[in-house]
Amino acid sequence: MEQAEHAAKISVRNLSIYYGAKPALSGVTLDVPQNEVLAVFGPANSGTTTFLRALNRLCEIDHAVRIEGEVLLDGTSIYSPDVAVTEIRRKIGMVFEVPTPLPMSIFDNIAYGPRMNGTKSRGALDKAVEEALRMAALWDEVKDRLTDPAASLSGGQQQRLCIARVLAMKPQVILLDRSCSGLDPISTAKVEESLRQLAREFTIVIAPHNVQQAGRIADRVAFLLMGKLIEQGVTAQVFTNPTDKRTSDYIEGRFG
Amino acid sequence: MTKFREKIAQRGFMLVALSALSALALITIFIVAEGVPIIGKVGVLKFVFGMKWAPTQGYFGIFPMIVGSISVTLGAVILGVPIALCCAIFLAEYAPALMRNVLRPAIQMLAGIPSVVYGFWGLVFVVPAIRNYLGGPGLSILAGSIILAIMILPTVISISEVSLLALPPLYKEGALALGATQWQTIRRVLVPAAKSGIVAAIILGVGRAVGETMAVIMVLGNAVAMPSSILDPARTLTTNIGIEMGYASGEHQQALFATGIVLLIIIMILNSVAQFAFRRR
Amino acid sequence: MKLTPRNSEKFARTVIWSAAFGVIGLLFFIMAYILIKGTPSLNWQFLTQSPSDMGRSGGIFSTVIGTLMVTAVAIVVATPLGVGTAFYLTEYTREGPVTRIIRFSAESLAGIPSIVYGLFGFIFFVMYLGLGWSVLSGGLTLAVMILPTIIRTSEEAILTVPRMYREVSFSLGGTRWQTISGVIFRAALPGIATGVILGIGRSIAETAAVILTAGSSLRMPTSLFSPARTMAVHFYILAREGISMERAYGTAALMIILILLINVGANVLVNKFVARGR
Repeated sequence: MEQAEHAAKISVRNLSIYYGAKPALSGVTLDVPQNEVLAVFGPANSGTTTFLRALNRLCEIDHAVRIEGEVLLDGTSIYSPDVAVTEIRRKIGMVFEVPTPLPMSIFDNIAYGPRMNGTKSRGALDKAVEEALRMAALWDEVKDRLTDPAASLSGGQQQRLCIARVLAMKPQVILLDRSCSGLDPISTAKVEESLRQLAREFTIVIAPHNVQQAGRIADRVAFLLMGKLIEQGVTAQVFTNPTDKRTSDYIEGRFG
Repeated sequence: MTKFREKIAQRGFMLVALSALSALALITIFIVAEGVPIIGKVGVLKFVFGMKWAPTQGYFGIFPMIVGSISVTLGAVILGVPIALCCAIFLAEYAPALMRNVLRPAIQMLAGIPSVVYGFWGLVFVVPAIRNYLGGPGLSILAGSIILAIMILPTVISISEVSLLALPPLYKEGALALGATQWQTIRRVLVPAAKSGIVAAIILGVGRAVGETMAVIMVLGNAVAMPSSILDPARTLTTNIGIEMGYASGEHQQALFATGIVLLIIIMILNSVAQFAFRRR
Repeated sequence: MKLTPRNSEKFARTVIWSAAFGVIGLLFFIMAYILIKGTPSLNWQFLTQSPSDMGRSGGIFSTVIGTLMVTAVAIVVATPLGVGTAFYLTEYTREGPVTRIIRFSAESLAGIPSIVYGLFGFIFFVMYLGLGWSVLSGGLTLAVMILPTIIRTSEEAILTVPRMYREVSFSLGGTRWQTISGVIFRAALPGIATGVILGIGRSIAETAAVILTAGSSLRMPTSLFSPARTMAVHFYILAREGISMERAYGTAALMIILILLINVGANVLVNKFVARGR
């Protein structure tokens, strides 16, 4: 098994999440290997979004949530009471489904996170913004218009802005929740290319908006159905030779 | 460090949010504290139903003022609500965008005009008109009703309009699809469906009318005796306070605070009924 | 004429359109009357000279200053309290008994008659706290009066800010306070400003509460503790006592113009900035 190549960056052990009485996730146990792209896919309401939001504790902002099980980042539980949730979220960043530029300039959008984190000097912010935009492959397109409102960018550019915004925090893990679902194929291709590059430095977990995307960019995949983990493994293996019938049914489109 | 600042921010907001409650509590406590002693001395029934108000001689009956308030308010509702409903229906159903953009700011402006200006305008126009065409001194309940009718228009119009606009489009489309005319749809389907919201609007308009002082103080004539027709001058609970507070002291002043208690109770009841009606829509 | 659906439709339309035009016409009539009779008095002298001889001559300068000072106190006190309450209700708590009590308080405050506010301001600020008839007493009383308006408009403004902004800010490691001060406040600002502007308009127009708390002294107010007469109170006294019709109209005209500017300003804010956010 190739799992020995990369240590587990995030370990999920028996994770169950309840919104009210209904379980959104039941007993999920999964390792997210370092510096790899893991795609967590499944039909609607399978818990893929819940799973991602459990990794950066964003599920907590919906008040009535109950969390059981463990999520470990580099061996330490991220849910333990003496852990600062803001720290976790800086290390584990998230890009959302709909590109959401904040109502400010391109520069201020990228600088938003570092400013909150305490970076004040103009020089440091300039550097952080440029680095982030370069990594998101957006720098060349916006370097002359950093003070323009971020809303003036196209959809694809906005989503890369959101990725740059996360990168400016120098995270260790990047979560993407169906982040290409509103984008045209060309923009999607650009984003996917950036992700492949980013995977060399970061650990990436993506909930793809269709199975084909998982096939294109993921090193490993995990199939969730109704909150339960059905199958996981190396992409090529799961797609060509799935061990569970439900996996092959979903991949081949017999349900969804 | 940030955690500390965060705690302070949360506590700060919580403290600030208690300001509305504290203000309400303070108002209630102080008005009641100042007014209850005189009610205790005179007796609730004698205070509320007493026919004679002559504080310097020891008479503290506010019933003539209650009658004044009720008459003026009733008149305002009779005169104002139909016009307000027409405007609300107009805004919700008939108005082209241009008219909406004229009427809505106009209503906003009507709401912004100081009540003293309304009162003065009433004094200069309405009062002489009544005196010349209908007789009596002109300073009358009718004058007060007319002024108040104008003043409650914004309140009743805006809440009624909101209620009409909140109706599911299905109601209107269904009726029109059955061949009803626009007016038939409005009369038989939309207005009845928006009934609770419209009722709430009217009740809040009543509350506004009952609470108004400066607009009516100039046109009502301020006679302390019980009015017998709408052409008679009168006093309302509010104008009573407004006129006499300037020179009242001792028990007299306490009696005015006691009138304030009565006003508070009336408003509380009206507000609760309006809330109840509004929630039901 | 037969009562057919077509006829009643026509009749209804006529009535309804007349009502609408009637209301617009009424507004113009009242405003035109005051402005026509009042603007001739509005010259530089009128505005910069203080009243003399109990208001029979002179200008209205001290009342303008009085209005400005009282309104300023009201806004400075009510805005932080109102905006803070709105943020507390939307950002720090869920709907529950606490929010219901706060909303009930705000709605009740909104319904209390202005004369009762005058009574309260008199017994609490003037007497109990010993502030006397003063700018401070008047301003604080007005602050409580406009508090519900500011809470309501601020809350509406905050609720129009897209939910995703909060998620983005939290996911970047932001705390609640950082999210409010970094994104939400700035996004809700136009709506909040509109509420404040409307509160200013309300303060200028208010008479009953002010006359019982700020007094009616014509002397130029020199501090927060000086008694003061606002334009609205001045207008009332001039008109009621028949002291000077000319000056009464002038004062009323000035008030109407200010309130008109305020309403226009608020509308411009709403149209230009608030509609945008979606």
